[in-house]
Amino acid sequence: MAVTYIDAIRYSQEEALADNLKVFLYGQDIGKFGGAFKATKGLQEQWPNRVMDAPISEDAMIGMAVGAAIEGMRPIVEMQFADFSSIAFNQIVNQAATHYYRTGVPVPLVVRMPSGGTPGSGPFHSQSMESIYAHYPGIIVVTPATVADAYSMLLQAVDLDDPVIYCEHKFLYRWLKSDDYRGDDLPIGKARIMRSGKHATVVTYSAMVHEAVRAADILYKEGGWEIEVVDLRSVKPLDTDTVVASVARTGRLLALSEAFPWGGVTAEVVSRVCADGFHLLDAPPMRLNAKDTPVPYHPKLWAMHRPTPESICVALRNLLAY
Amino acid sequence: MLRARILETKLSNLYKAGKIVGGVYLGKGQEAVSASLGACLKWGHDVFAPLIRDQAGRMAYGEDPLDTTRTYLGSVQGPMKGRDGNVHRGRPADGLLAMISHLGVAVSQVGGALVAKRLKGALDGCVGATCIGDGATSTGAFHEGLNFIAVECLPMVVVIADNQFAYSTPNEKQYACEDLVDRAKGYGLEGHSVNGTDMLECARVIGGAVQKARNGGGPQLVVAKLLRLGGHGEHDDGSYVPVELREDPYGRDCIEVGKEQLISNGWLSEEEFQQWQLEMNNEAQEAVATTQREDAPNPYKEDWSAIASSSLRGLQ
Repeated sequence: MAVTYIDAIRYSQEEALADNLKVFLYGQDIGKFGGAFKATKGLQEQWPNRVMDAPISEDAMIGMAVGAAIEGMRPIVEMQFADFSSIAFNQIVNQAATHYYRTGVPVPLVVRMPSGGTPGSGPFHSQSMESIYAHYPGIIVVTPATVADAYSMLLQAVDLDDPVIYCEHKFLYRWLKSDDYRGDDLPIGKARIMRSGKHATVVTYSAMVHEAVRAADILYKEGGWEIEVVDLRSVKPLDTDTVVASVARTGRLLALSEAFPWGGVTAEVVSRVCADGFHLLDAPPMRLNAKDTPVPYHPKLWAMHRPTPESICVALRNLLAY
Repeated sequence: MLRARILETKLSNLYKAGKIVGGVYLGKGQEAVSASLGACLKWGHDVFAPLIRDQAGRMAYGEDPLDTTRTYLGSVQGPMKGRDGNVHRGRPADGLLAMISHLGVAVSQVGGALVAKRLKGALDGCVGATCIGDGATSTGAFHEGLNFIAVECLPMVVVIADNQFAYSTPNEKQYACEDLVDRAKGYGLEGHSVNGTDMLECARVIGGAVQKARNGGGPQLVVAKLLRLGGHGEHDDGSYVPVELREDPYGRDCIEVGKEQLISNGWLSEEEFQQWQLEMNNEAQEAVATTQREDAPNPYKEDWSAIASSSLRGLQ
């Protein structure tokens, strides 16, 4: 039976709750209701005390998790949407992220952030927050793109001794399916070559991995171009070695993300490749991001706001033609 | 109270002599409130999140004066190893949380520690406590925190030291309600008022609130009215505080009031008080002298890692 990306997230939390008494879940509507996206469906029935509903207080939710983590628990907090984590920003970057460095006492907590755009979601239910959190020391930021990674990286995140921002892409929730949610259990911090190629490298993460693979299919059919797609999996730490090794094979780099264009992961990737592998480049490295506006509501606008297989192809054609 | 006043006076002198970088923030005038809370809490058993004017509460809870001097003077042997300074210190493993500068956030943090104890089946007989000033009551974090601890019905005491000034901002620009204690009902907490300059009343009211929370009475809010007897920090002379407020009954020094209360009840003599002062001066002097002989952190030996997970240390 096919398992969806959201199923994998639920199985992962179920396994974490079953295996580790220190794990508990906290979030808005996650109890009997099962969460806005049903990522916790049925879990409160099994663990009535360890699946807790929260008031609409994102700041207090993370403050609570920090206090519980200091006491030795391993909370998983569900933000209803990644966008709302801006209310908890202070607790995440100033309280959770600094605690280990300041006191030597770790704060192991996971914040699940339903991220990215879907048609009709508009400016406040569509944001990609990974770069904001990756900027701060003391935080791990992961962005699974596959069903198996959604499952295994959440379990790995629970085991880490640091605050982990777990960005799960809403567009993948029900669309992305797999026969098995168990994969190779590749650790956090390692990127994966999703498709190998020799003419250009696309470095991306989360839902854009699938758009990049589509673009690679189109270009292969169009001209036999073999595009390598690197899935970063975790944006912090960022696996520079795998990225540079890929660029060494292809000589061309496109850094791709659904996030806003100023700064962010794509800028970091280009910067690292230029610093560590400038001599490997046969063309100026390129970046492709969303447009520099809030994420629009209407599906027609939304579809053009984020990179698409078509716009990725345009970028890659220019890159290959240089 | 007196130990804290004496140690803080020493810190102020060190700051003015240029021996302390950053700032020095005193609890002068708030010792009765702070100590009344700290004295009711059990080290390593309860959870306490003090704020900037809680030297007295920290000491009453059980913090070593060396933790204070080492953090202010930046000794590598201190709990923060020079990575954070002054009032930003704690022993989280012993229930003494280390404050950040953003106000109001500790309410939910202490509440989370209590939830953890509840999940572990270790909550019975425990209490959580935090102190806050009038200014921090205006933050969203404070509101969210109070609401959360009330919803979860946690054994917690939140003490507001209403010292009439948040840095230089007077109460009329901070809040518009008649009395902050009226907010307790709105959140679902039990509210208590106390004159923060009256030592025996502070011990009675704050002690009672702690006992009530510990015995299953749910979250408690105590509002202590007083006046900050100094600037925001030692860099600030507080000259904006009107003279009439300093001459007001809330402008009394709680240590003078407490001393008088002890003497008039026959619990203390002037000679014993002077003996206390002598002993406490020696304690403060010794803590400073010990700390001054210790090494500062060495940036070449610092591990520069904010990551605890061994598998990811050193990765960027």
